[in-house]
Amino acid sequence: MQQEYERYYVPAQSPWPIVGAVALFLIAVGAGTVVLETTKGESGYGTHTLTAGILVLLVMLFGWFKNQIDESMSGLYSDQLGRSYRQGMSWFIFSEVMFFAAFFGALFYARFISVPWLGGASNNEMTNAVLWPTFEAMWPLINTPDGTTTQVMSAAGLPTINTIILLVSSVTLHFAHTGLEQQKRKQLTWMLGVTILLGLIFLTLQVQEYIHAYRDLGLTLQSGVYGNTFFMLTGFHGMHVTLGTIILIVLFFRVLKGHFTPENHFAFQAGSWYWHFVDVVWVMLYIFVYVL
Amino acid sequence: MSKATDVLTPDTAHHDDDHHDHIPKGITRWLFTTNHKDIGTLYLWFAFIMFLVGGAMAMVIRAELFQPGLQIVEPNFFNQMTTVHGLIMVFGAVMPAFTGLANWLIPMMIGAPDMALPRMNNWSFWILPGAFLILLGSLFMEGGGPAFGWTFYAPLSTTYSNDSTALFVFSVHIMGISSIMGAINVIVTIFNMRAPGMTWMKMPLFVWTWLITAFLLIAVMPVLAGAVTMVLTDKFFGTSFFDAAGGGDPVMFQHIFWFFGHPEVYIMILPAFGIISQIVPTFSRKKLFGYASMVYATASIALLSFVVWAHHMFTTGMPVYMEMFFMFATMLISVPTGVKVFNWVATMWRGSLTFEMPMMFAIAFIVLFTIGGLSGLMLAITPVDFQYHDTYFVVAHFHYVLVTGAVFSIMAAVYYWLPKWTGKMYDTALAKWHFWCSLISVNVLFFPMHFVGLAGMPRRIPDYALQFADFNKWISIGGFAFGLSQLIFLALLIKACRKEGEAVSNQVWEGAEGLEWEIPSPAPYHTFETPPEVK
Repeated sequence: MQQEYERYYVPAQSPWPIVGAVALFLIAVGAGTVVLETTKGESGYGTHTLTAGILVLLVMLFGWFKNQIDESMSGLYSDQLGRSYRQGMSWFIFSEVMFFAAFFGALFYARFISVPWLGGASNNEMTNAVLWPTFEAMWPLINTPDGTTTQVMSAAGLPTINTIILLVSSVTLHFAHTGLEQQKRKQLTWMLGVTILLGLIFLTLQVQEYIHAYRDLGLTLQSGVYGNTFFMLTGFHGMHVTLGTIILIVLFFRVLKGHFTPENHFAFQAGSWYWHFVDVVWVMLYIFVYVL
Repeated sequence: MSKATDVLTPDTAHHDDDHHDHIPKGITRWLFTTNHKDIGTLYLWFAFIMFLVGGAMAMVIRAELFQPGLQIVEPNFFNQMTTVHGLIMVFGAVMPAFTGLANWLIPMMIGAPDMALPRMNNWSFWILPGAFLILLGSLFMEGGGPAFGWTFYAPLSTTYSNDSTALFVFSVHIMGISSIMGAINVIVTIFNMRAPGMTWMKMPLFVWTWLITAFLLIAVMPVLAGAVTMVLTDKFFGTSFFDAAGGGDPVMFQHIFWFFGHPEVYIMILPAFGIISQIVPTFSRKKLFGYASMVYATASIALLSFVVWAHHMFTTGMPVYMEMFFMFATMLISVPTGVKVFNWVATMWRGSLTFEMPMMFAIAFIVLFTIGGLSGLMLAITPVDFQYHDTYFVVAHFHYVLVTGAVFSIMAAVYYWLPKWTGKMYDTALAKWHFWCSLISVNVLFFPMHFVGLAGMPRRIPDYALQFADFNKWISIGGFAFGLSQLIFLALLIKACRKEGEAVSNQVWEGAEGLEWEIPSPAPYHTFETPPEVK
């Protein structure tokens, strides 16, 4: 049986990965130096290195994606390559899931193991008696063993509004996607625009919430393991929303330029998967960080 | 005579256009490359250089331990050597070497034109030298480099560490990014690029084991990223994940680290199992015994690796039921591992064996890895682990599985596939010298560690009690000899890269089977631009 096979597109040499490697090197050196300089109150070349790294990274992203988009628009890509991209993106999202899993793991460990044990649970009566006899286990941990106190971030109000915003944004993005698949460009443009707007509102409210936490509640990154897990989880989530929003904005401009067809829109699909993933993480956050 | 300027045999079986053997010239060939063979070569040379650098640090360690008392280095520098030796060997030598082999071999074994995502492939390699430059550079900082052991336990890495920790954290982040991208590439290549007819249960075992390894990498490298991030914020930004005063727990660090760390151990050994499963059938001139059971055993080991992490932490004061659970789960792993060893031996049973270099290393692997596996079984037994914990017995155990296991398998792989890569047979006399010198010295090096460990010599200490002096002298002599033996390997590799030696046939080894042995030797720059038919 004879069968025709599509040729797999193996790109020719590309300068972008090595540019990206230089960028990551500068970012790592810069970030490390910035951390040292800020904690010691010194000033040095850290910020410059970091900024240079980020600029090189932006150049790389611009060049690499332009390259990629040009190739895609000139029809070099096969269905098989599209499958590679989709599978690659799903595994990348799986790696992100595992990154958040580490911090959720820390949250559960603190809540169900380390804090109760410090309070004398399990076989740790002596731990409590010897180290901090007045410490009482509780969650959220508003009085830490060494006496730092804080207040609880309530789930009502901003967090609930933010949950609704992100859930709605997932729906609007889905409608944008169906608009793309059914050739309804107007629906696509509008729904994508609304999603971006909702993302931006979410981020603004999140900043409000952080200000509220720091100013009114005394809940900071330093307020013991409750504040640690709160800010690390919501902070990394916020960084992901920011990245997701940037991706959606780029997609928006590509939509305006008439890119994407019902058959060929990997970039859109990847961006949309990423956004839905970020939403799911938020729902988990809402349940385990705020409500329970 | 055409000098070694890349004159390649045209790929007559699959040629459908003429430009496909055009090989770029100069430094940009390596910087800009999207070719899986070039990237494989880069990974392998990088790994070998790191192996020598990490090895040099081991020489410093062994020189200091040659006799009791402090004589050559400061204790703080000794700690930096043990730490960076471990980090380099794990992340800089063994893992990149396996990724290099995956790059070279997986596309050729499954009949694919290249890796699925060739540009990302380049990126995942070229960020590695930067990461190790940062790590090695941090040794020259004021206060020295990381000195908390490669496991960077809190509070050693938080409260008591020096400034280099900030750079250490970001360098580990880059290593993680590199591994994750490499693993995504491997998985997608295997899922999506197999030639028609290359069904799952026809895949060579090296491909199977790497598929499962790549899954482990994607699952646990992000957890490592989380762990180093928490170390960074604990040390520099006032969080208390690993500080009981704020409600955290230093033991939580160990849980998170070993949730990464134990699958990581299998990341470094599963591809080795794949290599041995390719080599043993070739030189036994038989099919691999129990192919399907090998696949299932590999998958079982990978799944079990997620539920055994706390066997590294038996002495931290866990509740007894947890110690029991982790003890039994750990012992369970010896079942699929035993299946593998049994299958290799059964493959050799009544085969027409010949003992070329790859087979010598493979047999050494089977025997010595099994020794490492058995000492692992001893360590898994909770009550006796209290005696072994943090002694040289542990050092002996993981060096048997990593040096005579992972590293020997990488050497076996190089001796097996090198003629296919260069088209020339390497200097077998040098190879024999390399093998026998390595085999003898590695056992002089690591075997006595069992005894001093059982007698109570702690690891990571630059001095020891007088009664360990004789054994340590022998261990150090073995160490220097093993280090020097690797220079023979270096000489052999340089000769091979200069394409000295006799030309080999396409099949190279009489009993070799698989797609990579059907293409010309040396393998053309581009292979399988149109997929082969696998029957």
